[in-house]
Amino acid sequence: MTMIKHHIPDDLLMRYAAGTLPEAFDLIIATHISMCDECRASAESLDAIGGDLIDRCGTQAMNDDSFSRTLDLIGASATIAPRVSHDPSLPVPLADYVGGSLETVKWRPVGLGVKQAILPTGPDATARLLFIPAGTAVPDHGHSGTELTLVLQGAFEDATARFAKGDVETADADLEHTPIADISEDCICLAVTDAPLRFKGWLPRLAQPFLKI
Amino acid sequence: MKGTKRGNATDWVDHVRRIRDRQDQQAFRELFEHFAPRVKGFVMRGGTDAAFAEECTQDVMATLWRKAHLFDPSRASVSTWVFTIARNRKIDLIRKQRRPEPEDLTWGPEAEPDQAEVLGLQQETEELARAIAALPEKQRNLIEKAYFGDLSHSEIAEQTGLPLGTIKSRIRLALDRLRHAMK
Repeated sequence: MTMIKHHIPDDLLMRYAAGTLPEAFDLIIATHISMCDECRASAESLDAIGGDLIDRCGTQAMNDDSFSRTLDLIGASATIAPRVSHDPSLPVPLADYVGGSLETVKWRPVGLGVKQAILPTGPDATARLLFIPAGTAVPDHGHSGTELTLVLQGAFEDATARFAKGDVETADADLEHTPIADISEDCICLAVTDAPLRFKGWLPRLAQPFLKI
Repeated sequence: MKGTKRGNATDWVDHVRRIRDRQDQQAFRELFEHFAPRVKGFVMRGGTDAAFAEECTQDVMATLWRKAHLFDPSRASVSTWVFTIARNRKIDLIRKQRRPEPEDLTWGPEAEPDQAEVLGLQQETEELARAIAALPEKQRNLIEKAYFGDLSHSEIAEQTGLPLGTIKSRIRLALDRLRHAMK
């Protein structure tokens, strides 16, 4: 495990445990948890509250044939294999969304060498992979809602901090920033938003509707 | 029948082990009789009809059997584990969204978590249950609303002062040991 300094905020972990977040947020949190034992421990302790709820939420009678039907479901397919990854930059939950490896990602150019790939999730929030060439800046932008950015490879820096592999930056309406990728390595991130970004410059603003940023 | 009444947390851990090691149908039946009606109750709280909840519950219980080897009692009680499977199925089926899940961390066929740590975590979870039971009703309702998706968001741990810190450190320690065992 690398030293992860920037984690998922508590309120989002809470909603993740409750299962009330849009799919794109579940995806980035599950991916971060796969890389970060600190957040995994937090999330699993919040699950314990849900476990208590199962004990207390009351019962509904099952049908007479429930048990035998369940045994039928189990049938011959005895066990489910553990889901483990072989690529440290691509934990299992994310691999499921990109066809198994970073090589199979269908990148689209955004300009200045930056590329993106929008991942297929439910409509309430958007998940995208970002490829930022070493040393490149992403145009200055603000946020209407919440944006989470998880570093999968390389690192980037903005006015607030430096974010390396496994780190998550949480941006909200108050943050306006120009992330710059480290010079040493191309940076690949997973970013999710529940509202469109707000770009300052006229060019990205013009292109925004076409790029679905 | 033993276990169907009020089985305690370590009892249920043993049931899951019997399913894992011996495909013990009697253990599974007892687990089913206790948890299936609760899972169905949990699913129906989302406003779904009984037929759908029945189907969803059968699916959850079958998954329990098929994932028995993935259950880690040094990180979760059986109730907690049942909750996570039920929650994820509910999202899959009701919201028709995928529920991305983290990578599995397992002890594998050879290693087992330390028995004292399993016991510690199970006791800590019972402690949490007592703490929740002792909350003022208003706060307990708030928790239920959050977990049944009736609240858009809230920070439960902060608002209620629940003793989650001890459970979290236990899980953290278990994860460290697990990482070590996996090397």
